[in-house]
Amino acid sequence: MSILVDKSTRVVTQGMGKAGLFHSQQCRDYGTQLVGGVSPGKGGTTREGFPQFNTVAEAVRKTGANASMVFVPPPSAADAIMEAADAGIQLIVAITEGIPVLDMVRVMRFLKDKPCRLIGPNCPGIITPGQCKIGIMPGYIHKPGPIGLISRSGTLTYEAVWQLSNLGLGQSTCIGLGGDPVNGTSFIDALQMFQKDPQTEGIVMIGEIGGNQEEQAAAYIKQHVTKPVAAFIAGRTAPPGKRMGHAGAIISGGSGSADDKVKALREAGIAVADSPADMGATMKKALK
Amino acid sequence: MKIHEYQAKQLLKNAGAAVPAGIVASDHHEVHKAFHSLGKPKAVLKTQVHAGGRGKGRFKGSNKEFGGVKVVSHADEAREVAEVMFSFPLVTKQTGEHGQRVSKVLVEEPSSIAREIYLGLVIDRSIGLPVLMASAECGVEIEEVAARNPAAILKTAIDPDRGLLPYQARRLAYELELKEDQVPQLEKIMTALVRVFLDCDCSLAEINPLVVTTEGRVIALDAKMTFDDNALFRHPDIEQLRDLAEENPAELRASKAGLSYVSLHGNIGCLVNGAGLAMSTMDIIKLHGGEPANFLDVGGGANKEQVTEAFRILLSDDRVKAVLVNIFGGIMKCDIIASAILAAFQEVKPKVPFVVRLEGTNVELGRKLLAESGLKITTATDLTDAARKVVAAAKQESKN
Repeated sequence: MSILVDKSTRVVTQGMGKAGLFHSQQCRDYGTQLVGGVSPGKGGTTREGFPQFNTVAEAVRKTGANASMVFVPPPSAADAIMEAADAGIQLIVAITEGIPVLDMVRVMRFLKDKPCRLIGPNCPGIITPGQCKIGIMPGYIHKPGPIGLISRSGTLTYEAVWQLSNLGLGQSTCIGLGGDPVNGTSFIDALQMFQKDPQTEGIVMIGEIGGNQEEQAAAYIKQHVTKPVAAFIAGRTAPPGKRMGHAGAIISGGSGSADDKVKALREAGIAVADSPADMGATMKKALK
Repeated sequence: MKIHEYQAKQLLKNAGAAVPAGIVASDHHEVHKAFHSLGKPKAVLKTQVHAGGRGKGRFKGSNKEFGGVKVVSHADEAREVAEVMFSFPLVTKQTGEHGQRVSKVLVEEPSSIAREIYLGLVIDRSIGLPVLMASAECGVEIEEVAARNPAAILKTAIDPDRGLLPYQARRLAYELELKEDQVPQLEKIMTALVRVFLDCDCSLAEINPLVVTTEGRVIALDAKMTFDDNALFRHPDIEQLRDLAEENPAELRASKAGLSYVSLHGNIGCLVNGAGLAMSTMDIIKLHGGEPANFLDVGGGANKEQVTEAFRILLSDDRVKAVLVNIFGGIMKCDIIASAILAAFQEVKPKVPFVVRLEGTNVELGRKLLAESGLKITTATDLTDAARKVVAAAKQESKN
């Protein structure tokens, strides 16, 4: 079954610069229905076989697109997300890293009463293996299967997928939540969807320092998730007060440490891997 | 990005907040002049450093007992104290043992304090809104208050488009039990704090302490502001306030190259793509008995020049006894990283062992390039293999 994206999803790319174009091609090669690009001023032209549109509204009208992949640079990314929501896009996957936090605060308020879901920003995207890839992840490492994956990271997620695939545990859907402090989809949102999804039998959660999403997820899992969950939290060796790459990865004011998260997860009965090399193995064990 | 107290106070003052009268000085002569200009019997000399704990800090090598905040009663005393402040590094519990050199001292009129209040503004991730916090408990760490007595912290969520509404400011002021004539003064300061936070894209803005003086004046006695790095592109005036002397040179160099770098204390250099994987790489090195020397995220779109510069930064740290390159290619392609590794090798000629672990987009091409290079690079397959190899290499190198 999978969640959110499948063979029928129709995607437009907002921001078809070098990176946007490259990844649109990669997604199309994977099998995603990537139906066009939105680049103001380039409407009416075609690039590498992708019809270009001036606005998201025009793209939706002419292609029936219901999802978008945002590569628009930080200064205009928030605006691009709002444009997509307003044009009726149901799933917006924002890849862009570097959007000002207050812009995202404003975007989330804008989206509140709209029937769409935002994933990201600053995320690798979402993939339902064998059906639809919206994002920058390397498709070949994924296999269809029973594991739902939710992660704040990009490349660390690929590590987990690689381990799972090598253990014969394919993935139903992998969602990258992204590394920013204010974003569209939380662990709890994704857990809720995976709990309802018939194809998903086990769930892997990959968290990191900063905020208390993982602690909140632990409490949610205890109450509402019956499927086995395995987790890994990155940043046990991170010093407090320093931003570790991701805008949201910072231990501040004594909260957001990896140890606190690991503790909360274990107290909720969730298996937590001590080493990033054991994420797949921890899931396998939890499934028994 | 952090700024100094005097800069934060200026921003608040511009927005209508009351701050103590003060003059910023760059040497002890200017401090002497400033004391006269203020025209008060006493003045407070406040070292301008980003690190906290100034008052309890000490000037390393000075043999003086005073800290980074000192009350003086005479212009000559001001000059003598300032001379120490500018000559010796200030060591506080937040600076590390080397301390921080002082290049600006704020000479301020002293305040006679009747009450202290904490005022702070951060973005609350769980509700996705900025939240203004106020507390009558002050002087200690606000985190400690939050843990021990959360009810002591009053909060109100801020609409990013409307700013602080007058009723919100009033409510906090009355709940803090301020006197009638103090309420509008506090409202004005709170409004200024929120205005600066929203207009300048802060990630943190604190007035700690906000004081009510014995004369009934409500003023911001100290101010601290941190700005969202992601928003600096639209605030060139804020970017101007950056103090390069407060930044770690390697971190600064990395940031100029578009890399994310944090210096740590160990001897194993790391170069990784992706912040989560980079943190995990540090974690797994530690798990296998090693100590990471740094966090370095080369990012998803890093080009050959950035990667080469990353190598130079890593290898310029002479504590580094071995380097682990851990790349899982998504946007970052393994052949690009392999070419960059080879280019870096030619340029920098590293003397320390390299362990390289590649996986992902164009991995076969990347591995081929490394294998055919003829260079002394140890390759690793998975994370555990990579961690074990680099920890062993660092141990071996430390013995040599």
